[in-house]
Amino acid sequence: MSVSLEEVERVAELASLELAEDEKPRMQRDLNAILEYVAQLNSLDTSAVEPLAQVSELLDAGSTADKGDGAALRVDETRPCLDRKVVMEEAPETNGAFFKVPKVIER
Amino acid sequence: MSATAVLSPDVIDKYEPVIGLEVHVQLLTETKAFCGCANKFGAAPNTNVCPVCLGLPGALPVLNRKAVEFATLTGLALNCQVRERSIFARKNYFYPDLPKGYQISQFDKPIAEHGWIEIPTPNGGIKRIGVTRAHMEEDAGKSIHDGFADSLTKTYVDLNRCGTPLVEIVSEPDLRTPDEAFEYLTKLKEILLFAGVSDCNMEEGSLRCDANVSVRLKGAPKFGTKAEVKNVNSFRYIRAALEYEIERQIEIVESGGRVAQETRLWNAGEGRTYSMRSKEQAHDYRYFPEPDLPPLIVSEEWKAEIAKSMPELPEARRKRMIAEYELNEQDAQTLTSSREFADRFEEVAGKAKNPRRVANLLLSELGGRLKAANLELDQSPISLTGIGLAADLLEESKISSKQLKQLFDISFEKGEDFPAVYEREKPQQITDASAIEALIDQVIAANAAQVAQYKGGKKTVAGFFVGQVMRASKGQANPALLNELVTKKLDAQ
Repeated sequence: MSVSLEEVERVAELASLELAEDEKPRMQRDLNAILEYVAQLNSLDTSAVEPLAQVSELLDAGSTADKGDGAALRVDETRPCLDRKVVMEEAPETNGAFFKVPKVIER
Repeated sequence: MSATAVLSPDVIDKYEPVIGLEVHVQLLTETKAFCGCANKFGAAPNTNVCPVCLGLPGALPVLNRKAVEFATLTGLALNCQVRERSIFARKNYFYPDLPKGYQISQFDKPIAEHGWIEIPTPNGGIKRIGVTRAHMEEDAGKSIHDGFADSLTKTYVDLNRCGTPLVEIVSEPDLRTPDEAFEYLTKLKEILLFAGVSDCNMEEGSLRCDANVSVRLKGAPKFGTKAEVKNVNSFRYIRAALEYEIERQIEIVESGGRVAQETRLWNAGEGRTYSMRSKEQAHDYRYFPEPDLPPLIVSEEWKAEIAKSMPELPEARRKRMIAEYELNEQDAQTLTSSREFADRFEEVAGKAKNPRRVANLLLSELGGRLKAANLELDQSPISLTGIGLAADLLEESKISSKQLKQLFDISFEKGEDFPAVYEREKPQQITDASAIEALIDQVIAANAAQVAQYKGGKKTVAGFFVGQVMRASKGQANPALLNELVTKKLDAQ
C-alpha cells in the first residue's frame, strides 16, 4: 500500500495545511514509511487478541479496573467558569463578548 | 430545477420514498458533558466556558455521570441494547465554533443500538421503525454570521453551547412517507419528554433534526441516491421539506437525470430546499478512538439501577390511565398530551374523592367548553385545581350538575377560575329538611297516579318526584338530601 501525490494533497486539505510543491514528495515519502511500518505490524497474527481502544485498558485490567458503576465519572455539579474578561484578553480578536473570526465560508 | 411543476399523482405513485432521520437532543444535565460549566441556554455570550470547552492545550475531559445516565435512559426508552463497553471517538473537522478541531462523539461502539419506536399508521395499525443507534456526543458552539456592523467580514462566535451533552438518535431508513416521519418525531419527542432526559425545545435548539431522503421505483431492490436535508426547525417543516424533496427527486429521475448526493438546506420562507453546493467528497471525518477518555463501562448492575429510575413512558401510562379512570384511547391521549399535564391531572385526581369524576369533568364539561371557545387546555380559565374542587362538590352533592354547568359558564365568560366563581356565586342550596319536605308534600299531593305506581312496586318512579321537586326548588335542593327524603315520604304514603 502506498500513498499517491493526490492522496497527500487530499490529506493536507482535510488538515487545512498548505503544502509547498517541494514539500509534497517529502510528505509522500514520510507517509509511505509510516504505512510500511504499519504493514509490518499487520503481518502479525492478532486474531486471538482483544482489540483495545487505548492502552489504559491494559492498566485497567489490574486493581484499578472500572467497576462500571459510574464511580469514576464526574458528579453533575457546576464549577466556576472562567472570567470572560480574562478569556477575551487572550483571544486574537473580540468585541469583549464574542470571539471574532474571519467570515466563515462553508466548505 | 423546477420542482414547482406539478407531477401527476400517477407519476408520484410509481415511486417509493425512503427516509431516515437523525435527531440530536440536548440532555437536561446541570453541567456540560466533559466539564463543570453550566449547561444553560440564554446566558451572556462566552460566560459558561472553561479551558476544557474552549479547547485550550492540556485541558482534559472528564465525563459527566448524569449524561451517561440520561443516555442510558434514552437507549432503554427506545428499546435499544445498551452496551456494557462503549468507546468515545474524535470526529475531526475545522469550524470556528469547534475550538478543539474535533468533536468528541461515538463511532463504531455507541452506548445504545438496535432499538425501535412504534408509530400509528393511517389505517389504525402500528408500524415499528428501527432505531439504528443512540450515541453520546458534545455540541459545538454557536456562530453568528449576521447582525453586527462588521458581519460582512467577520463571524462572531459564542462558545457557551460548546460541550453540551447530546444524544444523537439515528433511525433505520424505515420511513416511507413524510407523514410517517412526522409521526416518528412526535413519538420520539414524547418518549424523551416522558423519560425526562431533554426538554426537546426546538426553538432553543435542544432538539434538532436532519433527514436523509431518497426515492426509488416501487419494487426496486436498491435505495436511490439520498440527499440530506438540514436546517429544519419544526416537525411540520420536516414534513413540508420531505414532501418538496421527494417531488424534486422524482422529477429529476423522471427526466432521466441523476440525484446528487449532497446536503440541502430547507428555506422555510420559500418552502423549498437549496443545495449547499459543498465540494465533492467533502466529508471525511477521520474518526479515531478518543485517547483522552477511557472506555465507558456501564455494568449490568448500574444499567438496572438506571432503569429503575425510568419514569412511566407514554404508552404504558396511557394503558394504566385508561384502566384507572375508565377512559377511551382518545381521552387518554388528551390527558397525556404532556407528562407535565398528566402529572398535574393525576395529582389533582389522586386527591379528589372520586378520581374518575375529575377525568370526566375535565374531558366533557371543560373539554366541550374549550373546544367551543377555540382554546387549548393550557389556556383554560378553569385550572385543574378548579376541576378537582368541582368534582368534589358534585360528589358530595353540594351542587347539582346543572349548577355546575352554570358556574363553568360564568368562569368562561369572566375568564375566572372555578374556585373564585364558586365562592362568590355559591348557589343557594336548600339543606333545610323541613323546607324540602314541604316541597315534596306539594308534589306528592299533585301526582296521585305516580304515588299509586310507586306503592304498586314501581320504585323507579321516585326519580320522577326527585325531578319535580328539584324543579320546584329551582335546582337548589341538596340532591342527596332530596333523594333520601323523597324515598322516605313515598314509603310513608
